[in-house]
Amino acid sequence: MDASEEPLPPVIYTMENKPIVTCAGDQNLFTSVYPTLSQQLPREPMEWRRSYGRAPKMIHLESNFVQFKEELLPKEGNKALLTFPFLHIYWTECCDTEVYKATVKDDLTKWQNVLKAHSSVDWLIVIVENDAKKKNKTNILPRTSIVDKIRNDFCNKQSDRCVVLSDPLKDSSRTQESWNAFLTKLRTLLLMSFTKNLGKFEDDMRTLREKRTEPGWSFCEYFMVQEELAFVFEMLQQFEDALVQYDELDALFSQYVVNFGAGDGANWLTFFCQPVKSWNGLILRKPIDMEKRESIQRREATLLDLRSYLFSRQCTLLLFLQRPWEVAQRALELLHNCVQELKLLEVSVPPGALDCWVFLSCLEVLQRIEGCCDRAQIDSNIAHTVGLWSYATEKLKSLGYLCGLVSEKGPNSEDLNRTVDLLAGLGAERPETANTAQSPYKKLKEALSSVEAFEKHYLDLSHATIEMYTSIGRIRSAKFVGKDLAEFYMRKKAPQKAEIYLQGALKNYLAEGWALPITHTRKQLAECQKHLGQIENYLQTSSLLASDHHLTEEERKHFCQEILDFASQPSDSPGHKIVLPMHSFAQLRDLHFDPSNAVVHVGGVLCVEITMYSQMPVPVHVEQIVVNVHFSIEKNSYRKTAEWLTKHKTSNGIINFPPETAPFPVSQNSLPALELYEMFERSPSDNSLNTTGIICRNVHMLLRRQESSSSLEMPSGVALEEGAHVLRCSHVTLEPGANQITFRTQVSIDCPWSIYSTVIALTFSVPFRTTHSLLSSGTRKYVQVCVQNLSELDFQLSDSYLVDTGDSTDLQLVPLNTQSQQPIYSKQSVFFVWELKWTEEPPPSLHCRFSVGFSPASEEQLSISLKPYTYEFKVENFFTLYNVKAEIFPPSGMEYCRTGSLCSLEVLITRLSDLLEVDKDEALTESDEHFSTKLMYEVVDNSSNWAVCGKSCGVISMPVAARATHRVHMEVMPLFAGYLPLPDVRLFKYLPHHSAHSSQLDADSWIENDSLSVDKHGDDQPDSSSLKSRGSVHSACSSEHKGLPMPRLQALPAGQVFNSSSGTQVLVIPSQDDHVLEVSVT
Amino acid sequence: MAVCIAVIAKENYPLYIRSTPTENELKFHYMVHTSLDVVDEKISAMGKALVDQRELYLGLLYPTEDYKVYGYVTNSKVKFVMVVDSSNTALRDNEIRSMFRKLHNSYTDVMCNPFYNPGDRIQAFDNMVTSMMIQVC
Repeated sequence: MDASEEPLPPVIYTMENKPIVTCAGDQNLFTSVYPTLSQQLPREPMEWRRSYGRAPKMIHLESNFVQFKEELLPKEGNKALLTFPFLHIYWTECCDTEVYKATVKDDLTKWQNVLKAHSSVDWLIVIVENDAKKKNKTNILPRTSIVDKIRNDFCNKQSDRCVVLSDPLKDSSRTQESWNAFLTKLRTLLLMSFTKNLGKFEDDMRTLREKRTEPGWSFCEYFMVQEELAFVFEMLQQFEDALVQYDELDALFSQYVVNFGAGDGANWLTFFCQPVKSWNGLILRKPIDMEKRESIQRREATLLDLRSYLFSRQCTLLLFLQRPWEVAQRALELLHNCVQELKLLEVSVPPGALDCWVFLSCLEVLQRIEGCCDRAQIDSNIAHTVGLWSYATEKLKSLGYLCGLVSEKGPNSEDLNRTVDLLAGLGAERPETANTAQSPYKKLKEALSSVEAFEKHYLDLSHATIEMYTSIGRIRSAKFVGKDLAEFYMRKKAPQKAEIYLQGALKNYLAEGWALPITHTRKQLAECQKHLGQIENYLQTSSLLASDHHLTEEERKHFCQEILDFASQPSDSPGHKIVLPMHSFAQLRDLHFDPSNAVVHVGGVLCVEITMYSQMPVPVHVEQIVVNVHFSIEKNSYRKTAEWLTKHKTSNGIINFPPETAPFPVSQNSLPALELYEMFERSPSDNSLNTTGIICRNVHMLLRRQESSSSLEMPSGVALEEGAHVLRCSHVTLEPGANQITFRTQVSIDCPWSIYSTVIALTFSVPFRTTHSLLSSGTRKYVQVCVQNLSELDFQLSDSYLVDTGDSTDLQLVPLNTQSQQPIYSKQSVFFVWELKWTEEPPPSLHCRFSVGFSPASEEQLSISLKPYTYEFKVENFFTLYNVKAEIFPPSGMEYCRTGSLCSLEVLITRLSDLLEVDKDEALTESDEHFSTKLMYEVVDNSSNWAVCGKSCGVISMPVAARATHRVHMEVMPLFAGYLPLPDVRLFKYLPHHSAHSSQLDADSWIENDSLSVDKHGDDQPDSSSLKSRGSVHSACSSEHKGLPMPRLQALPAGQVFNSSSGTQVLVIPSQDDHVLEVSVT
Repeated sequence: MAVCIAVIAKENYPLYIRSTPTENELKFHYMVHTSLDVVDEKISAMGKALVDQRELYLGLLYPTEDYKVYGYVTNSKVKFVMVVDSSNTALRDNEIRSMFRKLHNSYTDVMCNPFYNPGDRIQAFDNMVTSMMIQVC
């Protein structure tokens, strides 16, 4: 990690710096203990408690012991910290009172006075006790007495400022103990001194910083002060703290520049606005760039000088802290920032000068990092450094363009002059890189020296950058650098090398659907293909560009003209054809067949009109438009045709093709739309709703894994067969936009492998589905016709008619439809209603024909006249014979029905007409000119609101005469409170078992009714006595009933029964004891 | 303020992209497209942590000499990219964050529109984006 590669310059600001400790007194004594002292002092770490709430640190202390001189003591106002003596030690081994009195005391006093004069309080007196020496003396006082004397004389209340070191050079436990105590004392005092003196320094520094708004304040001066602090921290190996000092200076300067940009200029900042005259890049190979530092000190530094110096210091410290990747990241920020700051300060910079500076700096940072990391580390941190590589590439490129090194002819004299100026600004190479073969300086100088050298360096850098981007998966960035490279190759007239980069980039943009980059890259590719003479590719690209709406009209016309020019050239090699895909020229919008079903007899005429949407910007004259008819003859072709027709075909023979969308990525485009449906699930027993929800029918399509690899594949086309069935149209001019082209051709179907004529299955599909229904209101009758549009088109309906095709003269159909014109939208329905009126006896059946005119709703297709759409139907038994009226009464004495209590249901069945033709069936019995028929009624409640108690059905004999009425009483129990709809009353015709007309019967449903099995007793009113809370009469039937002569039920036609109470509701209130639950415990 | 604002679909095609009319539009398209590299990198690198913290802001994607490109990703992996002029020193991280939040809200509104088909290019964004491009801090 050590940054110094070469011998350090003779300055005091180096890593060799240690805090200074002076030594006074017996120099020989000190020299004898010095080796042990300097070795032992850093061995144990000591906790350094910090001021301003900073976290305490463990610190290994080292010191530079120098002989005490008065000159070493800082004079008043001197801010130097590095040369500041943090501790003064006086060494003596005096053990003789006489000697002490004679010399040592005076010496000590002198020493103390000097310290006092400089108000230095950080001192220590060391008395070394030597056993060997003592023995030789006679008038020896006990050790303590000398110590006591010294303490008494000098250490006023600070007895700890005098320590004893016993036998320092011996190897005994006592010696060791003594050393330990001494070292601890020394460390403690050193740290105390640091805390005190650094604290004072920081306070002074802050005071200075607070004065920054004053007129005479100088950033450079302040810089030097704070850097002094940084140096001391660095000296104490507190790199983090040192870095903080530089970061603060960095932030302070940045803020000034920003403020300057905002109009708040500081005087001193104008020094930094001098025109840039030197752009030799960052220098990071020495821990301290003294040259730049001195220029700052002399207040002559330019902005680039200051920034370079500051960054070199930050870089050094970051490398000490083993954070090389942060260096790379900060470097990129710094370079961008410098460019911005120069702009903001409006510093005049010669063209290309900054490009040089940035290029040199990028390479310097990269080389510095490479110098302190191994290959593996670098390879795994490409993401951090690739930005610098890319930036350097970019800058070299612009230098190349600036200096005429990219043009085909090479630089002209102006370019050369500019190059010379740029090289002059680099100055001479710095001595520290002079011996490095690949130094940034040498690289730049060489790259600018010749076209060939530039190409070599630029290609090297570009390839390295692309490779790095690719290796870390930044494909888009790699493609982008590749595009620059392609541009370079195009300038160098080497389109064959450019093509691969352009194709690669284009593929990437197409895959992700970026329209503007696609257009731009395609334009470059077109030029490249033109130079390469790839006619077919060029025309294909041109066709895409001619239809590209992101280009200007002029550009589109140009590319369109390129194709037309080529087309008008006489072909030099006959037989060689260039086939371009159609979709870029024109899109098929629709096909229109006449006749509309597109099916003609052999020898018939089929007219095909196609609508083409021309994408070209200018009218294009087309020699011939050919439609190839592709016959697919295979098994099941009939079914496939039917499927295809239901899928694509609409009425009147128009097949629409949706316009292609913009270049979306295929993966996104192919996703089907959600198909959501309502879902109802009913209980199988009584048809009540169990669950409901929305389901997605095509979830398997939506959630299918998207194949990324297939996203660029185009659907494979159908191979053209020479001489296949073709429709031709010659000499057509396609205008931009929609064009209609008509092919009229006679189609005869020949079957080459058979002499027999082919049977062709025809499928017709109708645009509408029509249903009708008979509606009653008492005896009044209405016919409703519902027209449902099945097609994808919207239509306009007009002139609806309903006529009676029978010859009943007294019948009238009165239309109740107000509008004569009515739109019918795709997949929607329209209803028409007529009222039936008659004067005499109505006929048993009515033959109707419904007709309605229709035309497509869109205007451009109005020219087609279509026959009205017709629908014939028959309405039978529409005359109301019976009126059924049901009523529910609360139990006697009560005002309302209550849940759980029995209520009475009264059903009134009234005959509305005398004997009619329709009554003549086997149920009719005649006695004394009176006719009667048998009916069965049944009370059913499908909604489970009511429990029918006792009998729920019965057979009645109904006189066939107007106003004949039958009244039935039943008991029902409401199961819920609220307004409940009445239970259904159904009426059936009851046919005796000897009926031979089984064909008329609804054989499935009504014969298997176990309530009817009791009929064998001959009772006219068979009761079903079970409580049928669920109301179903279709209960289990035993198979033995089949085959037995059974009476049969026939449902009365809907028109013959009118339920006048349907829809009425009855109020049911809850019973009071609803919540009482009886529990019996045994 | 912002000089270019882009909304990019999960599949990385642009749903919406707009830049200041005074500048070359193509340049920003390339820039935003290239920045997706870093978006992808950030999403995959801190993918899990990001989901846990519900941190959608991706921070500075990459600086260039003239612009700073910032990123943001929604839970449905729709990306927002914003390009800011480097000289605009007034825009700090907090302002960028709040601009992204605004953009996210507007995007949510667009998604709530029943007539908007998810995945289609966004049309109804211009007013809000214009305000973010003009507004001066």
